[in-house]
Amino acid sequence: MTETQAHSFPSTASENTSDNQVLEFRDVALQFQQNGQSLSIIQGVSFSLRHSEFISIVGPSGCGKTSLLRMVAGLTPVEMGQLLFRSQPIQGSLNSVGIAFQNPVLLPWRNTLQNVLLPLEIVQPYKQTFRQKLPEHITAAQELLATVGLDGFQKYYPWQLSGGMRQRASLCRALIHQPELLLLDEPFGALDAFTREDMWVMLQRLWQRTGCTSILVTHDLQEAVFLSDTIYVMSPRPSQIVLRLRVNLPRPRTLEMCLTDEFYHFVAEVRKHIHRSY
Amino acid sequence: MSSLKKWMQSKQSAIILPTITTLILFILWEIIVRLFSIPNFILPAPSAVIVALFSSGQILIKHALQTLMTTVVGFVLALALGLLLGFWIGFSKIAYAILYPLLVGFNTIPKVALVPLMALWFGVGAVPAILTAFLLAFFPIAVNVAVGLDTVEPEMRDVLKSLGASPWEIFVKVGLPHSMPYLFASLKIAISSAFIGSVISETVASNGGLGFVILTASSQFEVALAFSGLLVLSAMGVILYSFFATLERYIIHWAR
Repeated sequence: MTETQAHSFPSTASENTSDNQVLEFRDVALQFQQNGQSLSIIQGVSFSLRHSEFISIVGPSGCGKTSLLRMVAGLTPVEMGQLLFRSQPIQGSLNSVGIAFQNPVLLPWRNTLQNVLLPLEIVQPYKQTFRQKLPEHITAAQELLATVGLDGFQKYYPWQLSGGMRQRASLCRALIHQPELLLLDEPFGALDAFTREDMWVMLQRLWQRTGCTSILVTHDLQEAVFLSDTIYVMSPRPSQIVLRLRVNLPRPRTLEMCLTDEFYHFVAEVRKHIHRSY
Repeated sequence: MSSLKKWMQSKQSAIILPTITTLILFILWEIIVRLFSIPNFILPAPSAVIVALFSSGQILIKHALQTLMTTVVGFVLALALGLLLGFWIGFSKIAYAILYPLLVGFNTIPKVALVPLMALWFGVGAVPAILTAFLLAFFPIAVNVAVGLDTVEPEMRDVLKSLGASPWEIFVKVGLPHSMPYLFASLKIAISSAFIGSVISETVASNGGLGFVILTASSQFEVALAFSGLLVLSAMGVILYSFFATLERYIIHWAR
């Protein structure tokens, strides 16, 4: 039923070396230099993602979850271990990454539509033909905005939108250039509970539509269970993966499912391992 | 009551109320001067000032244009150099470390103290006025632009970096627009400062401009003429300020 093996993850890498493996962490570690001393943040993590897999990384604050995401995005260099995207080490930014943070960081001088189009002005190969293909891009952006229920809000500026709407626009921006990887760093952390649940449903829909391989960093265990195929639980600093949990609930998942014993079983399993790490 | 409140927030009231206040001030002034029969060469009544305003209209216009010219030229120079230095300081940590302390140190010098020196170097005339206007206007522009560039949220940069944007692209797409509200806030201050700089310089080392008119008029006890010069000055100050305030409202409508 659930695969809850702990402390034995280097083996999982060899477990699925098949070619549908998109992203692979091999003994990735992280240290900070502080006052001449090195502080170990991540002791070493190894895991991999299949094509279209949705994984969540949960763990206590400061365990380096966000750093793992930043490494994939090319924002933090990988200095120890290896991080492979399609079997190639990641050096700098990949043009097939979409990213969304807890803070939606929409550009306030652009309206919703212009904000969503931003990546197409920057990412290769869209960049060169951005002007010629603008009508197509606008149609694509409009479709994306419609899937998240923002069709009437294209001309609105960020200050005119609610927090949930901004976050939805931010997700559209992360997906407009059809990235292979979607990186989400607590994207719903600042939203109220009800809005957050609506966002889970919406994100699941977007993910099923685009088939993005996704990594979600979150503190919300229900969110992790609702959205993920696999959940990785990290220990406190210096962190390791202490649990890998396959969530085999059927898709598409519904909010009603959150109330079932089965769903709760997964939440409890994750919770137990986070607790035990202290 | 509520309709009065509503009217208070309307555009009309924003124009009518200050006008009424100004009129009351002038009427009080007129009454006081007449009541205590204050001589004209000490404090002229507003009526006398207005008479002087029209009788010396041509002189005033000529010198007002001179002041406007030195202000605007000084301001434009300050804008160009302020933008350049502001972006440089905001963009490069090294430039910041080297230039910012110098800039702050320089700004603590009272610029008025430099006017006699500039008169010595460039002679009496428009050049010291332009330079004083420039010196006063330059600092707020440079500092605000640098701050605007420096306060871009790191996550905003990260979004662009993760897409593979070059530093130049990040500057154009994020840094530049982000610093616009800061720039416009500084322009309102800078244009007023430039104006002050010009007039100060005119009263010290010039043979033209409204500052010069006021100085000569008061030395000849033509106090009504001096006051009419002041009136023109304040009108110009208000117009210059509101020009940039309006421009700001249209260009950065998105900043709330």
